[in-house]
Amino acid sequence: MTGQTTSSSIEASTTLTGAQSLVRALEHAEVEVIFGIPGGAILPAYDPLFDSSIRHILVRHEQGAGHAAQGYAMTTGRVGVCMATSGPGATNLVTAIADAYMDSVPIVAITGQVSSALIGTDGFQEADIRGITMPITKHSYLVTDPAQIPRVIAEAFHIAGTGRPGPVLVDIAKDALQAMTTFEWPNDLALPGYRPTTHPHGKQVREAARLIVESKRPVLYVGGGVIKANASAELLRLAEAYQVPVVTTLMALGAFPDSHELHLGMPGMHGSVAAVAALQKSDLLINLGARFDDRVTGNLDTFAPLAKVIHADIDPAEISKNRHADVPIVGDCQEVIADLQTVLDALAEDGEKGDFTAWRQQMLSLKAKYPVAYEPPAEGLAPQTVIERLSAIAGPEAVYVAGVGQHQMWSASFVDFERPRQWLNSGGAGTMGYAVPAAMGAQVGSPERVVWAIDGDGCFQMTNQELATCALEGIPVKVAVINNSSLGMVRQWQTLFYEGRYSNTDLNTGPESIGARRIPDFVKLADAYGCVGLRCDSLDDLDATIEKAMAITDRPVVIDFVVERDAMVWPMVAAGTSNDDIKIARDLAPEWEGDDL
Amino acid sequence: MTTQHTLSVLVENTPGVLARVSSLFMRRGFNIESLAVGPTEIPEISRMTIVVNVDELPLEQVTKQLNKLVNVLKIVELDSDAAVERELMLIKVKTDAATRGQVLETVQLFRAKVVDVATDAVTIEATGDSGKLNAMLKVLEPFGIREIAQSGRVAIGRGARSITDRSLRAVPGTQAG
Repeated sequence: MTGQTTSSSIEASTTLTGAQSLVRALEHAEVEVIFGIPGGAILPAYDPLFDSSIRHILVRHEQGAGHAAQGYAMTTGRVGVCMATSGPGATNLVTAIADAYMDSVPIVAITGQVSSALIGTDGFQEADIRGITMPITKHSYLVTDPAQIPRVIAEAFHIAGTGRPGPVLVDIAKDALQAMTTFEWPNDLALPGYRPTTHPHGKQVREAARLIVESKRPVLYVGGGVIKANASAELLRLAEAYQVPVVTTLMALGAFPDSHELHLGMPGMHGSVAAVAALQKSDLLINLGARFDDRVTGNLDTFAPLAKVIHADIDPAEISKNRHADVPIVGDCQEVIADLQTVLDALAEDGEKGDFTAWRQQMLSLKAKYPVAYEPPAEGLAPQTVIERLSAIAGPEAVYVAGVGQHQMWSASFVDFERPRQWLNSGGAGTMGYAVPAAMGAQVGSPERVVWAIDGDGCFQMTNQELATCALEGIPVKVAVINNSSLGMVRQWQTLFYEGRYSNTDLNTGPESIGARRIPDFVKLADAYGCVGLRCDSLDDLDATIEKAMAITDRPVVIDFVVERDAMVWPMVAAGTSNDDIKIARDLAPEWEGDDL
Repeated sequence: MTTQHTLSVLVENTPGVLARVSSLFMRRGFNIESLAVGPTEIPEISRMTIVVNVDELPLEQVTKQLNKLVNVLKIVELDSDAAVERELMLIKVKTDAATRGQVLETVQLFRAKVVDVATDAVTIEATGDSGKLNAMLKVLEPFGIREIAQSGRVAIGRGARSITDRSLRAVPGTQAG
């Protein structure tokens, strides 16, 4: 990833306030939009912001600002910006910052801090936000000297957006915003301790190519790093040239087209049988920008027991963290894949080319035999059908943003992902409530696209206040609430592992027909927020309802999809068990034909 | 079975850098045996000597994570065979007319020195590696140790080369990311 924030021009030094310096620095960093809420300590910054070309979107809760910055960053590839005041304003950003850290999303969070004389005295609305966020930021600053503001902002954007992207916090004391200073945009950034390695080592790439040529059962295990490195075209070329099967993790959906023959699906706890089997039976994992997350590996000791590992990542600390890498490659995935292709092509010209035909055929037959499927219920609406139809009607040019839980896994399985940045979700942190504000940010970043938040009734109630922001700011997101009247994923675990004892998972958002009280009524709620509220509870008007929502472009739409509540996410590898024990339905394991794999 | 490793970490001398380093150790689940921080010959750079008890593999992980800190400039693992390692200890030992002579003899034996004397105690300053200091403590113990203050370990590589030389072995796989 590149994106130098250094500029060659030095502004004439004129006297201005720290707050003016901050806004000017943000303009220099080419910030288009800030999501935020003003308050006491950050107040000085909001005055010059009033006159700035930067759009400020007033959210209703700081967590919404953080997730919106993430959504903006994920769809555009640029650094997202959120702003909050000191104390609770700043602590409300913490969840979004942690989320951005886990999923490597480039955001800069700017927080006001109490005046420097008050720091450490437990002043009103004081919180040590830099200390609080230290383990969940890529880097952070506390600014008490206004002269440092331009340098800090330039560094923050550079650090957030380069290398392995991540959140950077800039905490600025109120007196630094109020004091007079001069503005000088730095020509060069002096960051001697920050030198991300983007060019892969040639020797490592050659060793990797050698392993690929010698392997019999290779699989491309693709992670979010491929999307962040904009390396989808390179990946497609490599996979096609050498006919290597591909699995894409939850963070990588869309990095390789779902419709492609070589795509085996998503691996992991709720992955496809073919994708899980490909990893388990492989003799060579070619990990590109993935991190052997426990949701992918299951029990590490039995994960891919026969495989050697090539691990390419821009973050050296990911390599051999969970699984030993036989060939480690530190570098940007785009460069790694391109270099790998060059070496493989040269080897192929010399007649050295692996033959993966038998392996590929085995995997493709598994894919055909065990598609991710579901049994529609005798009555009621299947949540999977809703998502399938939504995907079919809105198409792959739309952006899909999920919350966390069953609806997220069904979206991962049943939306047709054909392009990178088509899919946003909270993968590592698993933050319920991510969808609505992230969709808001995605819509701001991609105004030409249709943006669908696919949310659960639990998630939706955590952050739906941002519908007000969307309605007032002309951000026409569409929200599909997959309403099963419960915390569905937790309920699924209670069904499977707690003998159906549904402790505290009933949310009562469903209809009276299932004994629920419909609190809140999502259609009325949408209406109260100035959005269009629709409801759909049968297959008969499913397409018509989605199409109706698609036709509304001047304001947000919320559809309450009343779905059958006993639907479960399959396949499933139970937490902590081996991937070999994947179940395609309750107590139903796939038949592994031919253990000669 | 874990082994002790001594890491010399060069960091930018900026506020909060100690908190970043110690917070990282805590978050990744590593215990710091000893930590010493001080200035170097370059004013903007501080040196931390960190002693950790870990296996090879987690050591690699912790150094990689440390290297990701923007304010961390360089990490070198000092092999105790090729480095001078020192700790400083101040020990207050009970003495009376009968035992003072024996205590002073111990002090001489370990090339330590007495820095304070009271009627019923002496305070000893001793430097050395942890082996020497432990041996001395063992000898002093029977007299009655009233108080101990001990520094973290500091260490420096033997020979003419400086930690800023490229040729010194950096911990493997610790490019910044």
